Amino acid sequence: MTNLLNDNTLDTFPKLLLKHASQRSNHDAIREKDLGIWQSWSWAEAAAEVRALACGLASLGLKRGDKLAIVGDNRPRLYWGMTAAQSLGAIPVPLYQDSVADEMAYVLDNADVKIALGEDQEQVDKVLEIKQRCPQIEHIIFDDIRGLRDYDQAFLHNYETLQQTGRDFDQQHPDFYQQEVDAGSGEDIAIMLYTSGTTGKPKGVVLTNDNCVITARNGIIREGLTADEEVLAYLPMAWVGDNLFSYAQSYVAGFCVSCPENGATVANDLREIGPSYYFAPPRIYENMLTQVMIRMEDAAAIKRRVFRFFMDHAAKVGVKILNGESVSLKDSLLYKLGNILVYGPLKDVLGLRRTKLAYTAGEAIGPEIFDFYRSLGINIKQLYGQTECMVFICVQPDGEVFADTVGTPAIDVEIDIDDNGEILYRSPGVFHSYYKNPESTASTKNEDGWVLTGDAGYFDEKNGHLKIIDRAKDVGKLNDGTMFAPKYIENKLKFFSFVKEAVLFGNERDYSTAFINIDLDAVGNWAERNNLAYSGYIDLAAQPEIYQLVKDCVDKVNADLAKDSRLGKSQIHRFLILHKELDADDGELTRTRKVRRKFVAERYETLVDALYSGIDECHVKTEVTFEDGRTGMLEADVKISNAECYPLESSTQEAAA
Amino acid sequence: MSERTFGDTILAVKNISLSFGVMKVLDNISFDIKQGEIRSIIGPNGAGKSSMLNVINGFYHPQEGSITFKGETRKRMAPHAAASHGIARTFQNIALFKGMSTLDNIMTGRNLKMKTNIFWQALHIGPARREELENREAAERIIDFLDIQAIRKKPVGKLPYGLQKRVELGRALAAEPELLLLDEPMAGMNSEEKEDMSRFIIDVNDEFGTTIALIEHDMGVVMDLSDRVVVLDYGKQLADGLPDEVRSNQAVIDAYLGVPHE
Repeated sequence: MTNLLNDNTLDTFPKLLLKHASQRSNHDAIREKDLGIWQSWSWAEAAAEVRALACGLASLGLKRGDKLAIVGDNRPRLYWGMTAAQSLGAIPVPLYQDSVADEMAYVLDNADVKIALGEDQEQVDKVLEIKQRCPQIEHIIFDDIRGLRDYDQAFLHNYETLQQTGRDFDQQHPDFYQQEVDAGSGEDIAIMLYTSGTTGKPKGVVLTNDNCVITARNGIIREGLTADEEVLAYLPMAWVGDNLFSYAQSYVAGFCVSCPENGATVANDLREIGPSYYFAPPRIYENMLTQVMIRMEDAAAIKRRVFRFFMDHAAKVGVKILNGESVSLKDSLLYKLGNILVYGPLKDVLGLRRTKLAYTAGEAIGPEIFDFYRSLGINIKQLYGQTECMVFICVQPDGEVFADTVGTPAIDVEIDIDDNGEILYRSPGVFHSYYKNPESTASTKNEDGWVLTGDAGYFDEKNGHLKIIDRAKDVGKLNDGTMFAPKYIENKLKFFSFVKEAVLFGNERDYSTAFINIDLDAVGNWAERNNLAYSGYIDLAAQPEIYQLVKDCVDKVNADLAKDSRLGKSQIHRFLILHKELDADDGELTRTRKVRRKFVAERYETLVDALYSGIDECHVKTEVTFEDGRTGMLEADVKISNAECYPLESSTQEAAA
Repeated sequence: MSERTFGDTILAVKNISLSFGVMKVLDNISFDIKQGEIRSIIGPNGAGKSSMLNVINGFYHPQEGSITFKGETRKRMAPHAAASHGIARTFQNIALFKGMSTLDNIMTGRNLKMKTNIFWQALHIGPARREELENREAAERIIDFLDIQAIRKKPVGKLPYGLQKRVELGRALAAEPELLLLDEPMAGMNSEEKEDMSRFIIDVNDEFGTTIALIEHDMGVVMDLSDRVVVLDYGKQLADGLPDEVRSNQAVIDAYLGVPHE
């Protein structure tokens, strides 16, 4: 194993595949659940599949530098499509399987795709529609023939038939495949991944073999991963994370990757596989926790009490035990008992019983969710990454896991923070370029190889970890010149279940203030339990008890901020609870439910002025759009409340400066 | 898509009349179904559609007429003969084993395919074991085909209605029928479920070459899916022909929309 990690001649994925096929031929390389059974392919079998497909692709005319689009769910055959293309020096371009034809057309056209490999009829139909507009697509290959029997176009090829053509080709040119693989090198382009493009058109991130292989290897070394890991490949193949965890790291470390039966069976397949190495965005961890809690509510009283008792105990000592800190013998024994009675079975249900390492990234994760999993003994850690460097920028080290940081730089990664607070990095993973987009490449990556992340952050003085606070363009300054990072504070507020949405103001102001949207379910439930009568959202939002409830949340955030030398000045001085829910129909949120801060500030100008004027009530009239498109007026008296502000704790900033 | 072509007549009913006491449910009905086609029987409520299906699979015995299935002419069909000769059906009101899983329900559809007796099956050794594995694989192919992997082990009674309908189709398919009778497979479904079910009906016909006789209320669905349509009203045969012909037939329009009484 270790000799594979040190072998610098294994600089491409096809070379790694052949190495595993010769050295560890009988070990499982990939698995797929089909007809209710986990079907496995060994490294030797996988290599034979890839070889046949590569030769088939060559016979269709796929050459060095050509692009092969791959679109579908996580399937062994599609992963083999990537390696087959790479064997020929061609470049795989995985696409999001749920994208509509128009979105797909842009990428297929922009990437100059020559051959498309689609999973099934759904994908083939989309590519066929696009092919009329993108004549450079010469061939389409499909894996699942269902529904495609009547398609008689000559440029459509069945995966299996193509492999057979490849085997014939291989017999006639027995040296061809090996020569093509040998011709590949680390500097060659390995893959193109399109960024989702929240701003403007998607950009094709061009990554070399070195980018992928070295970054994957560094990740493996840092976490001590082995060839015995179990991984479930369930996130979109077009996403850089899947390419790293389910493809690059599998090829480098030699562990087996399992593909779920289909999208609806992931939870069940997760349980059957029991991955030892797992990635999920915060949303999935949240959903799992919610499911558990709902099911526990329905459990028998005795079970609920046992569950509550041991979960409280886990909350007290679980994280300490995971971090290797010492706890009293009694606590340790009780935790072991809890492991038998509650934690073990619970982890088994979640499919995380064997998980040694679980990552999360992408957005902020609530501290209580984070602590829930950690207290069960699941080593869940945050990482910070980008497509532009094959994921890894920062990772939390074992035993130093905090809910609000993303850890220390990954191996070989250098990080710098510029004068505006924007994070820059340089690493072996730094991308080659954006495809056919030299302007964007130049504005993102400078001559020395430093990449601008677009994120603002800083290193925490206490532990040396990187803290991400906001998108750099959203970070402003208070009038006294201290940094104002609205999203960081909004996220802190939103971690409280009562707060659904928060909008912070403070850029070029003397102090910061906030609009709060209460969560009707959580607050309504609280009101019921506390015998508080209300008629509807507006009424509930204006109740003094609710103001007190929200004030407690704001005060806690302020107390937390007071400990933070950089953001301590941003403590929320005044807040109000909005009389209506922010709504995408009114243009206040984007369709992906992100607050459009500027729009909200303009729409509720009177309220913002009131927050900074010292009055304690303000009358507003708001136009609202109903679901059927009609509009109406909403009037309300909105109260404004002061929040508790705390003195800054001993500022370490001077010491650090 | 290429022009659809069909084989010989697989089933023909001739001059069928069926009465319950004085109630004449079917009156002199004749039509045929060709190998590989999707044949619909439509009509307003109480037209006799389900009765027609029950006559075909031998559940009802007509007083007059004959049924020719695969070249063999009978006065009446017996249900077990229908099943063993390759006719399978689904029901208007779902008739699944609610307490059993999706997989087990589909396995029951394989019953006629099993040759070993209950004794060997109980011991689960030798040929019985081999047979079980073969049939399990066949059932799994159907699960894959109908995209119901996620509910494989769930008790059917707990599933939403649309999925139960799909499981019922799966059980009928498990018998590998030559002629599949579907009694209102889309009743009570929302438009998305209807679309899915239509897709499955087309795929079954396409993939396995199964001949399908379909009873359906939703005219849009019928016209899109069917190769030929028979229209019944109060037990009488109003029309028989291509969807477009039937759609423009005045008698059919009157039966569906009513005629003014002046």
